[in-house]
Amino acid sequence: MTFWVTQALNGISFGMLLFLLAAGLSLIYGLMRILNLAHGSYYILGGYVGLAAIRVTGSFVLAALAATVTVTLVGVVMERFFLRRFPDQELPQALLTFGFLLIFADLSLWLWGGTPQTLPKPEIFERSIRIGTIVFPSYRLFVIGVGLVIGLGLWWLQEGTRLGAMIRAGVDDAEMARGTGVNVGLLSTAVFALGACLAGLGGIIGGPFVGVYPGADFEVLEMALVVVIIGGLGSLKGAFVGGLVVGLLDNFGKALFPELALFTVFAPMAIILAIRPTGLFGVR
Amino acid sequence: MKTRVVLWTVAALAILLVLPAVLSSYQLSLLTKMLIFGIFAMSLDLLLGYAGLPSLGHAAYFGVAAYTVGLLALRVANNFWVDFPAGLLMAACVSALFGLFALRTRGSYFLMITLALGQVLWGIAFGWRSLTGGDDGLPSVPRPQLPLPWALTEGVPFYYFVLAFFALASGVLWVIVSSPFGRALVGIRESERRMEVLGYDVWRYKYLAFILAGLFAGLAGNLFVYFNGFVSPSYLNIVFSASALLMVILGGAGTLVGPALGAAVIVFLENLISAYMERWVLVLGVIYVLVTLFAPGGLVGLVRQRLGSSGT
Repeated sequence: MTFWVTQALNGISFGMLLFLLAAGLSLIYGLMRILNLAHGSYYILGGYVGLAAIRVTGSFVLAALAATVTVTLVGVVMERFFLRRFPDQELPQALLTFGFLLIFADLSLWLWGGTPQTLPKPEIFERSIRIGTIVFPSYRLFVIGVGLVIGLGLWWLQEGTRLGAMIRAGVDDAEMARGTGVNVGLLSTAVFALGACLAGLGGIIGGPFVGVYPGADFEVLEMALVVVIIGGLGSLKGAFVGGLVVGLLDNFGKALFPELALFTVFAPMAIILAIRPTGLFGVR
Repeated sequence: MKTRVVLWTVAALAILLVLPAVLSSYQLSLLTKMLIFGIFAMSLDLLLGYAGLPSLGHAAYFGVAAYTVGLLALRVANNFWVDFPAGLLMAACVSALFGLFALRTRGSYFLMITLALGQVLWGIAFGWRSLTGGDDGLPSVPRPQLPLPWALTEGVPFYYFVLAFFALASGVLWVIVSSPFGRALVGIRESERRMEVLGYDVWRYKYLAFILAGLFAGLAGNLFVYFNGFVSPSYLNIVFSASALLMVILGGAGTLVGPALGAAVIVFLENLISAYMERWVLVLGVIYVLVTLFAPGGLVGLVRQRLGSSGT
């Protein structure tokens, strides 16, 4: 019993982190049809910038702020000055974002070295929580809380605000949205910035338990892709459900069948692909 | 036009035949690598440049062939007549399997799914240590022993061995792309719906192109494991798959000579830059960005533009 509860909580907290990463990937695809291969780079940039900021300021909150602002700016520059030139051209977009992935990977290696790093947790979440026989790190609960809050916030943004209505209009039909006076160009930048910001936040939230290291950018990208393949590109609900599914599969897979860890994630992906190529909640 | 192509081909082949006489053994091994990567890039171009399918997992077939040959040569027997066809067969089988999944989608989904499928193989190679050696890979794979007067362990005979396969692959690919089948692929790239209306079974054409591309990628993988004597998971990963895309675009998609040139340029630059600095990956990233921004038609496109503007 203890094993199952602990592993489930671990899986859910990892799933929430994956949700933060996949939500941005999915939103960006939904509005602009851009598959951003540099999305994993935002995670490591967030982690490394956060780590540097913690060392200077000693504050987790300030570090989170520094990391998300930096990564958001990086995202805005990529969208405004590069990706904007290639609307609806998936190959140039893929080459550009892959180029940025390599550039950020090598720059991070140059600046921060090759040793894996973990971010210190905020002090109030250092301790573990004990409920009966179950001992669980409070930080993991904090991660689940952050995921839920962000999920609710994004849902409210999309369903309850004017900005969300414009995004939904843009997702459904960008031409029509433009015709009704929506500034799709500005909206694209805003959504790209939001996606980058969420991935940067992922870097700082995931930093204390997943860590940052060379290659994490590729792993994060890969996991986020599996999430959106299962959940469906362009759908927030898909990113949330997919994140939970992959987080749990990955955790139980590693705990129960360590040799087959990757299969427990990839086999369901292949099944979904065979049945529903656009994922559970995907948009065409 | 036809005669000019034939003349250029004969000239290029003649140059490639005499080059060993003037190159140092190091330069010759670099040229050998260029030819092998040239085959790999041309195989991807069959998908990308002709059928219009941008695969981000093409290293999968290269790597599967390389692992097959490496494992057979090390664990079973170093028999060229068994190992080499087995590598090709495995590459074709894996592409036949992956094609079933990937061809249900298009555009960004196709990119993403080919990427994910390729990473599955990378994960297997990385995780299944007892078979593949994990990230240490399979060292000291021997070169084949053939009933020839020259040993393939020597640089020059091995170069000619690779050159023969390069010429064969280019020839067969040229026949494929100029055949009615190749024309139909171009038609599908331009407008799938039109081809469907004309009565073509579009899916079957794309599927066959997918398997053929995998087969030729496997040929490159076979040759590369003999060349390098080593297989590692990096042969299967996304970085290698993406670099194949870059080679095709840099040279010029939709031509056969373009990707071979693109492969040569990337191999040359990697060698040159790695000799002077550690930051090759950074430079490579910048090359991706520059090529996308300034040379979307590739080197062949630039030459055509120059010829076009001076001609009028």
